[in-house]
Amino acid sequence: MANRITLEVTRYNPAHDEKPRPDTYEVPLRKEWVVLDALNYIKDHLDGSLSFRWSCRMGVCGSCGMMVNGVPKLTCATFLSDYAPGPVRVEPMSHFPVLRDLVVDTSDFLVKLAKSKPWIIRKVEKPLDEEYFQTPEQMDAYKQFSMCINCMLCYAACPVYGLDSLFSGPAAIALAQRYNLDSRDQGASDRLDILSHHEGIWGCTFVGECTQVCPKNVDPAAAIQQYKLTATMEWLKALVLPRGAE
Amino acid sequence: MNNPTEYLPRSYHTRVSTYWWLARWAYVKFILREASSVFVAWIVVVTLLQIRALTRGPADYAELQNSLRSPLLLTLNAVSLAFVIFHAVTWFNLAPKAMVIRLRGKRLSSLAIAAPNYVAWVVISAAIAWILLRG
Repeated sequence: MANRITLEVTRYNPAHDEKPRPDTYEVPLRKEWVVLDALNYIKDHLDGSLSFRWSCRMGVCGSCGMMVNGVPKLTCATFLSDYAPGPVRVEPMSHFPVLRDLVVDTSDFLVKLAKSKPWIIRKVEKPLDEEYFQTPEQMDAYKQFSMCINCMLCYAACPVYGLDSLFSGPAAIALAQRYNLDSRDQGASDRLDILSHHEGIWGCTFVGECTQVCPKNVDPAAAIQQYKLTATMEWLKALVLPRGAE
Repeated sequence: MNNPTEYLPRSYHTRVSTYWWLARWAYVKFILREASSVFVAWIVVVTLLQIRALTRGPADYAELQNSLRSPLLLTLNAVSLAFVIFHAVTWFNLAPKAMVIRLRGKRLSSLAIAAPNYVAWVVISAAIAWILLRG
């Protein structure tokens, strides 16, 4: 194994750059190094002005998502040696506005996430001294979707979101479904309008790449397809049953 | 579109290229899967024409069959067959994503949901082949 590898890192300074440009850096290639280690090496030893987000270094916080050779990846879980002999292209996540270097503006996702009401909604609250019991089977129904860490790799992989930024996107829908499937939740009808909207689940054309790039095996594509079935049944029910019937 | 304001940072928006679907093999496969619907529609049209010719009698049917033997249509139908098979296989494989079936508290595996589709495909194809080839 060669002991050095070249990184092509996107640089963009909004103060004086018209558009982002690649810059190359040579870093040590160590077996145990991930792409994030290489970026930290650049920041510590080669260019302290390089900006990127990171925090936990263990695939939990979801901050360090970037495009590595064109594919959305958590850079803390992407080994450099897998890209040897290089060069490795590191770019900011696709489909998001770039603020500086590898840092993107995630506001759009955060607004969409809040709109899908990803929290437990109760029509009737139990008294404070009573618990909400849940069987292992009931938990199993939503657990997969609850593993989402909001890293937004699915948005960077989704061509629908890239072409139409109004689309709610994979993670927001998967998280809505996570609460819809929770036996303690009573808010499915509150989420129906926002999910069943043209820019909600029906915007999805089932490319399936959101699921491929998800580092937590959340499978947002499945969440969306399953909700399409639910929304269709709700629509049929509303059509066939008299108004007010449940 | 850059939007410099006093309080918000300027940002760079990249436009998605018209050729985005060539960037990755997975995207190419998706576009092929979507395009396959055109060929599925063509096969439906051919089948409807065949049924119409059948109802009009043996002479009409023979004439249609003869015109379908042109090299152009043979090529088109061969390509269509490939796309229809691709369409069927991709959708059969995607079926487990949309369906969550629980049996005695456990979720049925993807294979258990996809396999019956393939079995039905083989059985129906075999039945049609038997009807067509026996006489």
